[in-house]
Amino acid sequence: MAASNPFPLSKEALLTCYRTMRTIREFEDRLHVDFSRGDIPGFVHLYAGEEASAVGILTHLGDGDRIASTHRGHGHCIAKGVDVVEMMKEIYGKKGGCGNGKGGSMHIADLSKGMMGANGILGAGAPLICGAALAAKFRKKNEVGICFVGDGASNQGTFLESLNLAAVWNLPVIFVVENNGYAESTSRDYATAVNSYVDRASGFGIPGITVDGTDFLAVYEAAGEVIKRAREGGGPSLLECKMVRFHGHFEGDAQTYRAPGELEDVRINHDCLKIFSAHVLSAGVISSDELAAIDKSVLALIEDSVQQAKAAPLPTLADLTTDVYVNY
Amino acid sequence: MARKISMKQAVNEAIDQEMSRDPTVIMLGEDIVGGTGCDGEEDAWGGVLGVTKGLYAKHPNQLIDTPLSESAYVGAAVGAAACGMRPIAELMFIDFMGVCFDQIFNQAAKFRYMFGGKAETPVVIRAMVGAGFRAAAQHSQMLTPLFTHIPGLKVVCPSTPYDTKGLLIQSIRDNNPVIFCEHKNLYALEGEVPEGSYTIPLGEANVVREGKHCSIVTYGLMVHRAIEAASTLAKEGIEVEIVDLRTLSPLDMDTVLESVTKTGRLVCVDEASPRCNIGTDIAAQVAMHAFGALKAQIEQVAPPHAPVPFSPTLEDLYIPSAAQVADAVRRTLKGGKH
Repeated sequence: MAASNPFPLSKEALLTCYRTMRTIREFEDRLHVDFSRGDIPGFVHLYAGEEASAVGILTHLGDGDRIASTHRGHGHCIAKGVDVVEMMKEIYGKKGGCGNGKGGSMHIADLSKGMMGANGILGAGAPLICGAALAAKFRKKNEVGICFVGDGASNQGTFLESLNLAAVWNLPVIFVVENNGYAESTSRDYATAVNSYVDRASGFGIPGITVDGTDFLAVYEAAGEVIKRAREGGGPSLLECKMVRFHGHFEGDAQTYRAPGELEDVRINHDCLKIFSAHVLSAGVISSDELAAIDKSVLALIEDSVQQAKAAPLPTLADLTTDVYVNY
Repeated sequence: MARKISMKQAVNEAIDQEMSRDPTVIMLGEDIVGGTGCDGEEDAWGGVLGVTKGLYAKHPNQLIDTPLSESAYVGAAVGAAACGMRPIAELMFIDFMGVCFDQIFNQAAKFRYMFGGKAETPVVIRAMVGAGFRAAAQHSQMLTPLFTHIPGLKVVCPSTPYDTKGLLIQSIRDNNPVIFCEHKNLYALEGEVPEGSYTIPLGEANVVREGKHCSIVTYGLMVHRAIEAASTLAKEGIEVEIVDLRTLSPLDMDTVLESVTKTGRLVCVDEASPRCNIGTDIAAQVAMHAFGALKAQIEQVAPPHAPVPFSPTLEDLYIPSAAQVADAVRRTLKGGKH
């Protein structure tokens, strides 16, 4: 007999969220492998370990809502509905990728899905999302904007200026600080003067919430609160998700700055997918067979995306100078 | 019907007419209304030099004063442009690009390319350029070359009220990011301007004076120095042709090459610092594409490689003069094969 559902999401919605988180994990873990083989050009920054933040927050959004992401943006893209095959093609530098191979991992965007771009410049998304939110106010459709930054970029002037601007204009923006403890290889505690992002938010006269970013349900509920507030005209908020990074700053980072045993501990005790599974299994809402079936289909999706990316044509000389301007 | 108005009024009129035509045209900037949140007069400033004075009364929802926070509001204009608005961000003095350049050259300029041709960012960034206001090194620069260097941006710098209105309306309607440079020493210049709306295409130079002995290629305030030099030279029997570029990106090299092919001589006049400026670019392109037409060395007139000084004595020496332009023309006429 099915147990009653103690969660704020239906079983179907929980399964969808799990599928999205698992898709991000497999996407990133596969990139980790393919990058080490030398299949992928350039810089890649992996989101594995942080899935509960992207999915817990973006599950609340529709296509009309906008997000601005970071250099570590694959998870935000997938959770906002960007096509996984197009993403993989882009990361492989192929035609048919989201940017036709001209953007790469750090510049994946799909404006039709409200995804305004991963960004190679730390903190640059914050002013952009203020503009998206301003446009939403003009449209009067109760759309919101979400700006993701890491704890590192939370010290950028653009981010701090945007907190003020959003507060002054009462914009429907949620600033999400994904605090994984590291700004590249430098610790958050060394590089950031305040211990609490709630304090930083209060410095701008806006509400701040800190949440365990490895707990999908906690993120989902906290995000629901600040997003509802923004939609109802209550203005901006700051949401800090305390989380863990499974990989280095970039692929190839030896991570010698991490304490001995830290990575093992993080993967065993702070894996947001394990935590999610434990919650839904112990409540009896979802069975392990159901999760296993999703795992299997996600693996197949990622394998297919890699095969499609490898088979896709490379851009040519003719593509080099197109799409610089709309018209010139 | 045309009547005489100032370049400042031409800017105001272009924005006014576009805001009336299209409600997605909005403007963000510091003190563009002025007095926001204060107890005194509404629309107290209309921009630091009063260029947008009166627009707030007509379009109260379309002009928004910002905090002194260039990165945030220029970036917000860029973000809003990517979300269906047609914003104008006023940077006040172009020198302030130093605190928001990322939003212009890494974000606005690159969206379309990085996102595979799927983004449109119809934002105009207006800013005052140029020296002569005794405003010293951080409020007087001619930074047009920095923007012209960046693929993805268009750059405009008009020299007359007529061009200002037509080019600004075109810039607002353009679906690319446009840097619109207004020379503060031309704001008071009056000229014939039609009352109705009209556009001038970006990328079309204007031959403001025809001549057969030497081409002067320039833009902005320097067009007027060139005209002054041409009058002096005419008395010596020297007929110069003046090409006003009007837009620096896209650049109308066809008109430049046509002129140099006709005259065989070239003087590039630019108010920007002498290295890697618009004039050196024109000189290089003419040397590459019309070398055979050149009868003598190309001459450049530009300020010294120094910041803009404060002292009026020094600033007057810094800004290229009509006499320097005339001397450069005489030098190239004496040089080369005869």
